[in-house]
Amino acid sequence: MAGPDYPGLDTLALHAGAQPDPATGARATPIYQSASFCFPDSDYAASLFNIERAGHVYSRLSNPTNAVLEERIAALEGGVGAIATASGQAALHLAIITLMGAGSHIVASAALYGGSHNLLAYTLPRFGIETTFVDPRDPQAFANAIQDNTRLVFGETLGNPSLDVLNIPAIAEVAHAAGLPLMVDSTTTTPYLIKPFELGADIIQHSATKFLSGHGIVIGGLLVDSGQFDWEASGKFPTLSEPYEGFHNLIFTEEFGPAAMIQRARKEGLRDFGACMAPTSAFHILQGIETLSVRMSRHVENTRTITSFLLEQEQVTRVGYPELEGHPDQALAKELLPNGCGAVFSFDLAGGREAGIAFVDALSVFSHLANIGDAKSLVIHPASTTHHRMDAAALAAGGIGEGTIRLSIGLEDPKDLIADLKQGLRAAGKAAGGSR
Amino acid sequence: MRIEVNGETAYCYTNSREIEADKPTVVFIHGSGMDHTVWTLASRHFARHGNNVVSVDLPGHGRSTGSPMVTVEEMAGWVIAVLDTLEISNAALVGHSLGSLIALECAASHSDRVRAIALVGTTSPMPVSDAILNAAEADDHAAFDMLTQWGFSKRHQFGGNRNSGIWMIGNTLRLYERSGPGVLFHDMRACNEYASGTDQASKVTCPALLILGAEDRLTPVRSTRALQEAIPSPVVEVLPGAGHTIMVEAPNAMLDALHKVL
Repeated sequence: MAGPDYPGLDTLALHAGAQPDPATGARATPIYQSASFCFPDSDYAASLFNIERAGHVYSRLSNPTNAVLEERIAALEGGVGAIATASGQAALHLAIITLMGAGSHIVASAALYGGSHNLLAYTLPRFGIETTFVDPRDPQAFANAIQDNTRLVFGETLGNPSLDVLNIPAIAEVAHAAGLPLMVDSTTTTPYLIKPFELGADIIQHSATKFLSGHGIVIGGLLVDSGQFDWEASGKFPTLSEPYEGFHNLIFTEEFGPAAMIQRARKEGLRDFGACMAPTSAFHILQGIETLSVRMSRHVENTRTITSFLLEQEQVTRVGYPELEGHPDQALAKELLPNGCGAVFSFDLAGGREAGIAFVDALSVFSHLANIGDAKSLVIHPASTTHHRMDAAALAAGGIGEGTIRLSIGLEDPKDLIADLKQGLRAAGKAAGGSR
Repeated sequence: MRIEVNGETAYCYTNSREIEADKPTVVFIHGSGMDHTVWTLASRHFARHGNNVVSVDLPGHGRSTGSPMVTVEEMAGWVIAVLDTLEISNAALVGHSLGSLIALECAASHSDRVRAIALVGTTSPMPVSDAILNAAEADDHAAFDMLTQWGFSKRHQFGGNRNSGIWMIGNTLRLYERSGPGVLFHDMRACNEYASGTDQASKVTCPALLILGAEDRLTPVRSTRALQEAIPSPVVEVLPGAGHTIMVEAPNAMLDALHKVL
């Protein structure tokens, strides 16, 4: 039996969380650029502090502009709630510190964004949280790495840099069998390309800096809670299921049910670590989300055009995009990512490091910078920039060659992108000593 | 706290406080397929304001064990049994939807135990469509979808929650999904078959408050005329913009309204 239809993704992208401003009738969500909010009387103030009324106290904890963004991403992902954070890194950190403390352990995909890898591999161990990194293509490796003190399983929907497609259903099954939640970073896919909660994930992290905002103008992160994980039944999450002295012995699972995790993250993590989002940033990200589907569809279309072009070039020895023949996850991508595998991918140039550097320097439409998910096309040569500390062997272990180029395909006319790439290929050929 | 009632565990949220004999008590009763968490803000508020609060999980719901009960009268008897176990002589009862019918039945049949009632998102009779009943009987997710969609005002289909960061539709859906097999059907059928509501309403002697959502599509304001006429001198508060899920859609306005009888 079919129930009534919920609003579709495009409609939610424009409307979720927002109502015409009650004070002015403004249709666009206003930027509530205020640090704090007045209390009509003392009892009202006390009731806000004691979680009796809905409302805002101080913008580190909540803000009306941010609240619209938080509801919007929760609606788009099909979760119960969300928190806007200062960056994607802050969202990852917020999730971790909400769920665990010193002595805990994480099982994570080895194919992570460098920033996430740094946090897990180098910084968190200093605070007593260790991570075991495993092959993202091997669900059994996740299972084998789970320890008694493991509290989170983590991966990216599309791994970095090889676009390993995370088998969310299989890895979620592994995590759930061990009483653990699966958290995924869906930055490069966005809810337009994949809905991780429908596949079994429990928590989603976004760097909203990328495709969600879409214009490379803002830094921000989002943490989304599905409300599907049973923290009490797991028995491994005392921060959620036991009295919290920092809030009058509140038990989050008892008082907030499905929203226990995201409420604890706000009431403790946002309060104490303070990595909140600026309201103006939330406004910018909201504007981006309004056109998410239109942009993502074009990003993917352009990416398919560009990958097809690159495949035909003699100097290009590999194009790593999961939709293409030869990518190890082609079948899984077809199943989990039918609308496309995003707009960030890498390819290998013959001629090594010199060719790679010459290629990047010769481009003029593509911008040479360290970011992805802009409306403008972007390029970087990992071996000389993001991964410059690694030697050839270490690069190879990470799936990166001396001549690897990473592209983030934007919304320009594809003919102009191709013309630019041809210019780069000519320069790369010369640098490699060829005649092209 | 967990207590034993009729041989089963009954969960009552009390704001982590013991029941104190010298304090007034407010009992909160959730609606179909829900649990005590729908009352978290309100129960915290009345606890801070000098009341014992007892926000129950009906049998078979939330953390209470046992099978879901079949009739509103049976559920009302269970609420009185909770009061007995907690040695509470009388209480104000706040109920939402099915819970409002339970509160009404308690006030009519056990008038000495009820000092006030607040009926939130209520009407009587409370007919339930065949589409919902059939889907609920089949434990079809469509029943959750119908109640979630029609349970909010049209404007709140897009959220606009004053409680920051919570997507109301998603949280309500998750609560339904947490209910056990058959629970929603038992609750919906009890609403549908409670035929004596207006007769019982005429027996209410305590102060009575009706909190209605102006845009309620499950228990529309226009359907409450019989109930309003049957209850002697009810206080009626119609909250603009709210649908049926008033605790979530208009938490602050509901709190202000509750103070009229509590």
